[in-house]
Amino acid sequence: MKPLTNEQIRAVIAKGKFRDNVFKATGIFCLALALLVIVALIADMVIKGADRFTIDFFMNFASRRAKDAGILSAWVGSLLVMLVTALAAVPLGVAAGLYLEEYAKRNWITNVIEINITNLAAVPSIVYGLLALGIFVYQFGLGQSILSAGLTLALLILPIIIVSTREAIRAIPAMIREGSMAVGATRWQTCRYHIVPYAMPGILTGVIIGLARAIGETAPIITIGALTFIAFLPPAPFMGEPAAGLFDWVMAPFTVMPIQIFNWTSRPDPAFEVNAAAAGFVLMAMVLSMNAVAIYLRYKMRKKIKW
Amino acid sequence: MQIHDTPALKAEARNLNFYYGEAQALKNINMPIYDKKVTALIGPSGCGKSTYLRSFNRMHDLYPGNRYEGEIRFFPDNTNLLAADVDPIEVRMRIGMVFQKPNPFPKSIFENVAYGLRVRGENNKRVLDDKVEHALKGAAIWEEVKDRLPEQAPNLSGGQQQRLCIARALATDPELLLFDEPTSALDPIATGAIEELIHELKKRVTILIVTHNMQQAARVSDYTAYMYLGEMLEFGKTDEIFIKPQDKRTEDYITGRMG
Repeated sequence: MKPLTNEQIRAVIAKGKFRDNVFKATGIFCLALALLVIVALIADMVIKGADRFTIDFFMNFASRRAKDAGILSAWVGSLLVMLVTALAAVPLGVAAGLYLEEYAKRNWITNVIEINITNLAAVPSIVYGLLALGIFVYQFGLGQSILSAGLTLALLILPIIIVSTREAIRAIPAMIREGSMAVGATRWQTCRYHIVPYAMPGILTGVIIGLARAIGETAPIITIGALTFIAFLPPAPFMGEPAAGLFDWVMAPFTVMPIQIFNWTSRPDPAFEVNAAAAGFVLMAMVLSMNAVAIYLRYKMRKKIKW
Repeated sequence: MQIHDTPALKAEARNLNFYYGEAQALKNINMPIYDKKVTALIGPSGCGKSTYLRSFNRMHDLYPGNRYEGEIRFFPDNTNLLAADVDPIEVRMRIGMVFQKPNPFPKSIFENVAYGLRVRGENNKRVLDDKVEHALKGAAIWEEVKDRLPEQAPNLSGGQQQRLCIARALATDPELLLFDEPTSALDPIATGAIEELIHELKKRVTILIVTHNMQQAARVSDYTAYMYLGEMLEFGKTDEIFIKPQDKRTEDYITGRMG
């Protein structure tokens, strides 16, 4: 084959660059489409719900009159349920991930467990609701409480936390582990001083993404019987007459943001749609700010860790 | 070899075989390691040098499917390091290791060196300060880092990182120090510093070093073993091996006709 002339080389390059540009344009179009959808959603909720963005909206309980109705019990309920979820799911999920990566022998049992964890992540959330109704609400007698809801959502996000913990651990180079073992450390010392701290950014990201998913879940919470109309808050510790115990609130009935929104959209009075839009925006803001925290933490912690 | 200049034994491999699953990586190795001497392991890539080295501190136990046969006797107590009832952690507490690529932990310089002591339950600040300083001096890096002990170790240069890793191994006073091609990731100046350090260290500790570099083996070691395809073909004083190798294959390798 004869060597190419300069003109031919330029023609080849021009052809390649044309394809570059075609792909670039396609990519930008797809990205813009996705962004447009989310911006439209948010804008829609903001415009529809504009009338309700007042302090009263956050500080009022549900009401039969749309103008007086607020989301106090819903956002307090969501936060408390998330607290229970995090307290239950984080230690369990991190411990499970750590065990599978650092301790478990590679055999068929661990393979079966691994496949099942991946499958669990794909189980429809309503199924978790049914399970929780049977186990937490009736079998354990926890009732239709914050505790039941928190534990249910904890089950739901456990696979997310386990998988992200394992991925974070797998990103740690083998030579760090060997370096630690070579000075005579036990597995636990290696995990405590190295594996867990270095995996922390990835673990935290997984935790927050899991919680962000949990806060928007509706189906399992409806299944275990959250209330849709509630005009009181769970008892604060040591408050009230007689004084509540430190953990009395976990057994209290509750509602959460998505249920409040669902309730409002199913009312015939169109005035409630405004409430629903405003509450939808608040929920969205909660989720986005959780994601922002995850990104910030990851960035901050990753900067310190390099090998 | 005359009896009177044979130094005391620190360790001895006896009929050592090693398997990665089905594949045999070490074949019937018999070899002495002399106390407070530097022994170099040379040979072409894949000959089992590193596998052999990593048997001494039971690193192979970290991964499934590995199997030892035979013994590595460790003196003065005549323990078989490979015995099933000898805890690999105990072995690693007595035998330090420096890796091919510097592997400082993403922690402060101080914590890197103090780690081995913390693992042993030492938390007294004054004891840690003392021993960290002593180890850093021993690894000839104290002057460079004494004012920046709280800084992150991965910010050091490659040569400094490797000396830090040596300090980390020295901090716990190992009886035997394993070096797995410690200078292969370093430039010639950093390499020179490490070689000088090895010379200094053999006054205190027995050293076993894997190297790809013939000149390095000749410069730093008192004894040399030539390995080939999992076997140890030749072992002797470094001067003798390099000047008058007994085995044709050793000669070919040393003179650069092979490998």
